Amino acid sequence: MKDLLEKMQNGDIKSLAKLITYLENHPEDRFVENLPSKGAKVIGFTGSPGAGKSTLVNAVISQLRRENRTVGVIAIDPTSPFTGGSFLGDRIRMKTHFLDDGVFIRSMGSGTSLGGLNESVFDVIKLMDAFGFDYILIETVGAGQSEVDIVYVSDIVVLILSPGMGDDIQFLKSGIMEIGDIYVINKSDLDGADFYKMRLESMLSLSNVKKPIVKTIATSGVGVEELIFNIKKLLSKFHNNGEIRKRKERRLKKHAESILIKRIQKSLEKISEFDKLSNVISKVINDICKNN
Amino acid sequence: MKNKIRVLIAKPGLDGHDRGAKVVAKALRDAGMEVIYTGLRQTPEQIVKTAIQEDVDLIGLSILSGAHMNICPKLLELMKENDIENIPVFVGGIVPPDDAEELKRMGIKEVFGPGTPLSTIVEKIRQLFSEVES
Repeated sequence: MKDLLEKMQNGDIKSLAKLITYLENHPEDRFVENLPSKGAKVIGFTGSPGAGKSTLVNAVISQLRRENRTVGVIAIDPTSPFTGGSFLGDRIRMKTHFLDDGVFIRSMGSGTSLGGLNESVFDVIKLMDAFGFDYILIETVGAGQSEVDIVYVSDIVVLILSPGMGDDIQFLKSGIMEIGDIYVINKSDLDGADFYKMRLESMLSLSNVKKPIVKTIATSGVGVEELIFNIKKLLSKFHNNGEIRKRKERRLKKHAESILIKRIQKSLEKISEFDKLSNVISKVINDICKNN
Repeated sequence: MKNKIRVLIAKPGLDGHDRGAKVVAKALRDAGMEVIYTGLRQTPEQIVKTAIQEDVDLIGLSILSGAHMNICPKLLELMKENDIENIPVFVGGIVPPDDAEELKRMGIKEVFGPGTPLSTIVEKIRQLFSEVES
């Protein structure tokens, strides 16, 4: 373990990969907390299944590599709630980077989490940050309306839409439409892209914060430079106005919450007698106090 | 304790018939495994890098092009160079019986021919996994 950590911090990819597996299987081990942050920028990508998240992430990697930045990717696909199995197929869109030593791609099942991420993602980000990637890109599962956990782990969230995904009423709904810092209309060579953008603009204009909308064609890389320009602009703005710090605090709070929930579930499982609700609750609280 | 088997399913070589790989990937998924699917036209170099980054427990190759006697030794050699020869490799596809024997001598753990029941594949993979774990 110590050996792996040392090797990982010296840039050994295999040790990094092994440590990620370890973290996935031992969420209770808090060793990552002592790792120094090297200041990686964490960018989240979310959107519906088939909107082009993986392909856009692929195009973003290409651009960042042209700028000589190293990139770590965490790509999450759903874990079956029925069998526990998963088909992790995001990587297939990123083939061009398989042999590039400046790119590390890790696929993950979403586990039992319903928020579009895997619970260990908080720790894996810390690990990848300590490894020293310049950028960490996180791709969520194909998200519908309420999978918004990406907002708790990223410095910036890119929400990916594509033409034909509904009218302006969809833009007004709570949940995922609220979490984008940057909105991308991918597949913008499709019919209706301009009209879609216009409607998105008009709905976003109802709130006071002006958010960038970028049109992209991920398969050919069109618009990706503009997207990265906007990401960088926003990152520096968030650094200056304290937003990044606020988001890091929010991340810590959410992480604590997710660990506590797990802890409570564990205590609940120990209870064999379910009589009164208030008894059950005090038993859980007692168990947690006793075992901490 | 590891709680989930991670399997890489890759298709090296130049033929485009990936249905078999997909059928097996889905069967393993339904058996509760995490399947990393990288699809068509993977070189041995790409497969090795992916196996390292994804820290997989097993590697499955689908080969129907007849190139198995070229691809498999190359892959096994690269795995050795990269110090991951402990990861079991299995092959599915059209492989003549004589070649299958030869592949196993080289170090391929199992060769699944056409018509192998999916349950047999799942069982064998679980067995290979537990051998490595212990």
